[in-house]
Amino acid sequence: MKIKHLKALQINGSLLTVKGATEASFDEVATISLSDGTTRTGRVVKIDGDTVTLQVFEGTRGISASNVSTVFEGSPIEIALSPEILGRVFDGLGRPIDNLGEIYPEVVRDVNGAPINPVSREYPRNFIQTGISAIDALATLVRGQKLPIFSGYGMKHNELAAQIAKQSTLSDSEDFAIIFAAMGVKNDVAQYFRTQFEAANVNSRVVMFLNLSSDPIIERIITPRCALTAAEYLAFDLGMNILVIMTDMTSYAEALREFSSSKGDIPSRKGYPGYLYSDLASLYERAGMLEGKKGSVTQIPILTMPNDDITHPIPDLTGYITEGQIVLGRDLDSKGVYPPINVLPSLSRLMKDGIGKGFTREDHASLANQLMSCYSKVVDARALASVIGEDELSDDDKLIMKFGRDFESRFINQSFTENRTLEQTLDLGWEILSALPRRMLDRVSGELLDKYYKG
Amino acid sequence: MAENNIAIYGINGPVVTIKGQTDLGMLEMVYVGEKKLVGEVIRIEKDLTTLQVYEETTSLKAGEPVIGTGSSLSAMLGPGIIGNIFDGIQRPLKALEERYGAFIGRGASVPTLDDTKKWDVTLSVSVGDEVSGGCVIATLPETEIITHKVLLSPLLSGKIVWTSGDGEYTINDTIAVLEDARGNRHDITLVQQWPIRTPRPIKKRLPSNVPLITGQRTIDALFPMAKGGAAAIPGGFGTGKTTAQHQIAKWCDADVIIYIGCGERGNEMTDVLTEFSKLTDPKSGKSLLERTVLIANTSNMPVAAREASIYTGITLAEYYRDMGYDTAIMADSTSRWAEALREISGRLEEMPADEGFPAYLPSRLAEFYERSGSALTLSGENGSVSIIGAVSPQGSDFSEPVTQNTKRFIRCFWALDKNLAYARHFPAINWMDSYSEYVNDFAGWYRENVGEDFLSCREEICSILMEENRLMEIVKLIGEDVLPDDQKAVIEAARVIKNGFLQQEVFSENDTFTPSAKQLKMMRVILHYYHKLCDAVSLHIPLSKLTAIGLSEKLIRMKFDIPRDDYTLIDEYEEEIETKISALMHEREASEA
Repeated sequence: MKIKHLKALQINGSLLTVKGATEASFDEVATISLSDGTTRTGRVVKIDGDTVTLQVFEGTRGISASNVSTVFEGSPIEIALSPEILGRVFDGLGRPIDNLGEIYPEVVRDVNGAPINPVSREYPRNFIQTGISAIDALATLVRGQKLPIFSGYGMKHNELAAQIAKQSTLSDSEDFAIIFAAMGVKNDVAQYFRTQFEAANVNSRVVMFLNLSSDPIIERIITPRCALTAAEYLAFDLGMNILVIMTDMTSYAEALREFSSSKGDIPSRKGYPGYLYSDLASLYERAGMLEGKKGSVTQIPILTMPNDDITHPIPDLTGYITEGQIVLGRDLDSKGVYPPINVLPSLSRLMKDGIGKGFTREDHASLANQLMSCYSKVVDARALASVIGEDELSDDDKLIMKFGRDFESRFINQSFTENRTLEQTLDLGWEILSALPRRMLDRVSGELLDKYYKG
Repeated sequence: MAENNIAIYGINGPVVTIKGQTDLGMLEMVYVGEKKLVGEVIRIEKDLTTLQVYEETTSLKAGEPVIGTGSSLSAMLGPGIIGNIFDGIQRPLKALEERYGAFIGRGASVPTLDDTKKWDVTLSVSVGDEVSGGCVIATLPETEIITHKVLLSPLLSGKIVWTSGDGEYTINDTIAVLEDARGNRHDITLVQQWPIRTPRPIKKRLPSNVPLITGQRTIDALFPMAKGGAAAIPGGFGTGKTTAQHQIAKWCDADVIIYIGCGERGNEMTDVLTEFSKLTDPKSGKSLLERTVLIANTSNMPVAAREASIYTGITLAEYYRDMGYDTAIMADSTSRWAEALREISGRLEEMPADEGFPAYLPSRLAEFYERSGSALTLSGENGSVSIIGAVSPQGSDFSEPVTQNTKRFIRCFWALDKNLAYARHFPAINWMDSYSEYVNDFAGWYRENVGEDFLSCREEICSILMEENRLMEIVKLIGEDVLPDDQKAVIEAARVIKNGFLQQEVFSENDTFTPSAKQLKMMRVILHYYHKLCDAVSLHIPLSKLTAIGLSEKLIRMKFDIPRDDYTLIDEYEEEIETKISALMHEREASEA
């Protein structure tokens, strides 16, 4: 028998406090009914004896101390899963919104998931070719990796994510699916991805979880958890390779801040709660592969850096959790380079074990190192040129300047539909390097230079 | 009976409160709720007792029981620790996987150490012996390279009245019986419990004047670390903290390595696990796992257990130190541990200090780093605990509280630099910001074990780098071409030092580890080159003519081209420099004459 608790003790922001609920358990879901017949969903966030504080996902607008009744459902937030979820669209709490009816559940899972035992993980080392030179050569994506895109407002992160989703060799396989989680993005963005997936003819393999900017903010905290629970189910129960695109993590973190401040948590940096790191980790760490299982969960979270500031808590903490990052640069973007990937701060931590002989090509690591090292000199040379003028530069610096221009316009720059093979990407890298004298290439062994250097 | 009446009152994340008076003690370990989640008492007030729970509290209800255990959170010390992987409260992850599968659920419990395995025990005491705390009772081979010594608990002393004799025993078998001064008898088994927040006692502290050799040139030659010392590696994300920690864990000459993955990535721990099992220990030729213990509390595992993981790790290290081993702890990352403190402090509604961190952050850091050191153990042997803590400063800003407070308690600081990392200069240890206070303590050791001139070479290398740093300020404004040749020679030498000596390639067979003697030879040959350049420039030979010989490039590649352990080739380099530059100088002198 479920007990109905009439009235509320206190309402503050998105929090509702109920008295006399001795049966409530921590993190449990509650259904909140209003006297006008509508219902909302809440979650227990604090218990003090029989005083229970609930977080109301749809917000507390219109709730008064007397017009409300609460029923505790006896379980944490759960989501119904079955192979039928492919091709479906859900709201931020995992309820279908495409008018195709409820999901007949094969399993019901707690959206919070459980941490993967580090012993059970399989170390990811299968290279995923994205067809994008800057990523394939310099920040290689690996199956089971979490590789976020750090972007800024108005830059082409959505295009880049869509291009990766469409071109990645992950998508060649039969058992491939995309999970798309939208948090606080505009309807246009969700529509853009839908159109792109349609054009690529993969719509039947996409599961969408949409919490758009007009949807309740607190619901956003659950959206990525629903998406990742679905991803884990498809990957580890059904053996599929899953690419999860989550956008925009900044909106997610802001929702968390709003919730935590109304709960009265002591804020740490920029008002974000002290547990932001642990909270983000509980999402990002759900990427990976398990030993002895076929499937994988690869994550591409997108976040917009407020004011393009990479030291802002959201990108900062994300970078400490994820296995690298792809950073988009405003100056490349304004030069018209697509994708505007700033390769110097971009990095893939799993790259070292996923490339080289037996995986990609023997020269991959050395070439990547050399390109990065030369490009970092471009930055110095440009700074100098802006002071003394390009004509006054030494001959070596002039060569470096030319290398920089070639590298940006030919190597990084490519069209939205251009799908380069790894071979093409690496050969192009050597071609551009070959414009420099051999003595300037100090990161490559003589043997590889003999084989690939064409200067 | 009183304990049965203790019930949960409030729940807020990992913090649980109990109303009313209880007889729970401060820092006592408790089981919380019907699932028996592990927790610890962290605050006692007049009518409210506060616990922190080491597991997720989802589904916990007010009114569920809390059971006290009567002892504080302790580590189980005994054979079977080495080669194992534990979580923050010493639950063995492999055994958890076997029992519960790939995901770690709530309330999971398995024995900490394998209690079925039989160890080949050789007793070191016989009936009638008077023994005191910390004394060796028996020995057994734990792995092929580590001999485990069963130590008497530091709290006991007395007379051995019975022994089982040599043979094969499990960890819970009694191997001896001790009678203390009051006539009480104590069964001695292969294991003992020790509270993780209490340092294990030693006889006395010893000075730390032997370097911990890591084979990493920037560390060993420029900023060396002591056995029994404390060092910090701060750096923003992507600057190579973890790689540096891995390199030290792989190559350093400690006997036992405790690697604590504290709030870091799950895949990194998997990487350590798979890679270390394949790699061999340079000293013994056996698998590295035979000397390594892993403690993995990844970022998504419960935050309170993350806070405990550091203490669990150091307690294990102290235990092996007491056996007379040199142990080293890699803590990656102490910032995550500090954040766990902050998170729990926030839930307790304590008054925050800097950036929301609790006011007791510095004292906790001090307590941790002070547990490092060289010591004369209770059994009269020399052992040491070295701590290498990674720090992940927010926004790469070294002025934040964790980095600043850590600096007070360590003597070796390896500052990682974002710009070096962007240029793929690894290890990205910035030679201007880093320091080691140990250098002069090692003078005697270097003289005896490496070479007379090790320190003088080091000093000259440092001064070249310093000079170059000053010159680069000018170059940034007006370009390199306008500098006179003698200053250009400094820049050229610094280029060779940076690319050929400081930069070290992890994946290159020859370069990943450099013995100290080879490091000295490399420094000598680079300095010899620099001196020759200076001599030649003073004869007005243009530097461009000197660099055109290509010796700089050859020296930069020396780290790849010269085999790791056979470095007589370096002498040939020295001769080549001598002959080629001298030839130019003679030519010049002849033409002037």
